[in-house]
Amino acid sequence: MKSKKKNKQARYEQWMAYLFIMPQYLGLICFVLIPVIVCFVLCFTSWDLIGEINFTGLSNFVSVFKDERIGKSLINTLIFALGIIPVTTIVSLCLALLTNREIKGLGFYKATYFLPMATSSVAIVLVWYWMFAPDLGIINFALGMLGIEGPGWLIDNAWARVAVILMSTWQGLGYYYLIFLAGLKSIPKEYYEAADIDGANTVQKFFRITLPLLSTTTFFVIITMTIGALNTFQEPMVLTEGGPEYSTYTIVMYIYDLAFKFFRMGEAAVVSVVLFMLVVLVTIVQFRLSGKWVHTNE
Amino acid sequence: MNKKNRINKYLIQAVLIIFAVFCIFPFYWMVLTALKSSNNVIEFPPKVYPTSFKFSNFADVFRLMPMGQAYLNSIKVTLLATFGTLFTSSLAAFAFAKMRFRFRGLLFGILLGTMMIPGQVTLIPLYIVFARLGWIDTHLPLIVPTVLTNAYGVFMIRQFMINLPSDYVEAAKIDGCNYFRIYWQVMLPLCKPIIVTLGLFTFIWNWNNYLGALIFLNTDTKFTVPLIISAFRGVYTVQWELLMAASTVAILPIIIMYLFSQKFFIQAVSLTGIKA
Repeated sequence: MKSKKKNKQARYEQWMAYLFIMPQYLGLICFVLIPVIVCFVLCFTSWDLIGEINFTGLSNFVSVFKDERIGKSLINTLIFALGIIPVTTIVSLCLALLTNREIKGLGFYKATYFLPMATSSVAIVLVWYWMFAPDLGIINFALGMLGIEGPGWLIDNAWARVAVILMSTWQGLGYYYLIFLAGLKSIPKEYYEAADIDGANTVQKFFRITLPLLSTTTFFVIITMTIGALNTFQEPMVLTEGGPEYSTYTIVMYIYDLAFKFFRMGEAAVVSVVLFMLVVLVTIVQFRLSGKWVHTNE
Repeated sequence: MNKKNRINKYLIQAVLIIFAVFCIFPFYWMVLTALKSSNNVIEFPPKVYPTSFKFSNFADVFRLMPMGQAYLNSIKVTLLATFGTLFTSSLAAFAFAKMRFRFRGLLFGILLGTMMIPGQVTLIPLYIVFARLGWIDTHLPLIVPTVLTNAYGVFMIRQFMINLPSDYVEAAKIDGCNYFRIYWQVMLPLCKPIIVTLGLFTFIWNWNNYLGALIFLNTDTKFTVPLIISAFRGVYTVQWELLMAASTVAILPIIIMYLFSQKFFIQAVSLTGIKA
């Protein structure tokens, strides 16, 4: 009699639990799992949003890979990643090293450095658009004060890329700074004390203790930045609209153009899948490589 | 030695202050430009201190574009999406953390696995779904998927709940509480820190959501703030004082929120690596 009651109780609990996870699972199925499958299917069809959906085999793949924009957007992404990652990593790590001690105004610095990330939006990109303005912009004015003739930011192919990199660095700096600082704080002080007793200098301590023990953090930082670079959209969209001559055009902009400017849903799906694969690939490659230089506590 | 230490200390402070200025300057420059008259803006050399206070620029922003409407739209979308997703994800987290049911581990694993799928992959199919549902040019595509898909939120809240003693749940059960009341009246108040943190990040994300709005909204009366801002850029290309006034208006709520809750943000990033 008692066990029957208990059984009933357990079944009630189970049904309630299913009810509680239902909203999230419904969303997961409708807005993530099914769309992902549909995206893969769409790759093999042609559709302009209005007419019929026709199966076209591999023709979308052919036309996407014949289009020069896929190569350009991939190269730009690579350039952005190669520009943003080293600069941001070095600067944010240096700031973290400088503040990993008793310091006046630490709270203020943390809050200030993170502000650009907290406010990342179209509105702040617009502010950079204004600062980069070639004739009246404050950046070229400041350069002029230093006796340097400012470049044509946003209108010169190479400098437009530098502008995007500069702005992205500004935006991400504080976030990665906080991550590095948390990583530094997790290194046990005893290691440094032991090194002091052995007479190690600051440089030795940095390369022998700090850097190896920080490798998990660095790994996380680099993966996050790479995936961020792959998904870049807002900054070039507002700063340069992808130009000049596609020099700041990104993969997500290409997807957007294909789907909502040219209404080629099949080709847009192909590029989405390419992006998806790249994200997965980056993650796998970095996990593989990490075995060689990431120090873990296990 | 002591003197060297002191010099070092000043040097470090100097470097930190330079970077602080680097981080803040764009905001300062934005507000400064927003308060200039159009003559002041083209003045050369530019002044880096306030020379005029033309507050009418802000009024112009609301007059020239449906900024007021965009503000209401953004507030509506952001609040509904944020509170909605906090509710559904904490409810699911409660089940995963404190209730027993079949396939719990498997279902949780699937949920975590989907966290790696980038949003851009689902963009095109979602557009098709919403087009079929007749949701294009409404706010629903910006609210419903956000409310119903938040694997990261479920994960974070579950981690938090699992560390709370189950005694509370058992005691409440003996008192005859049903599961929803246990969730609502016992667990949720205990989860305040994580809920507030997630709420802040979700709020900001939704307030700044540009790509979604760009794709799903067409009529300017439906526009959210980021869309109005990019429309501004298209129409008033070189009227910098107007563009900056518009930017200031768009960023202001986030800055105010940040000033009051920056400790939450910094703690959350340091502990969990959550990204805005």
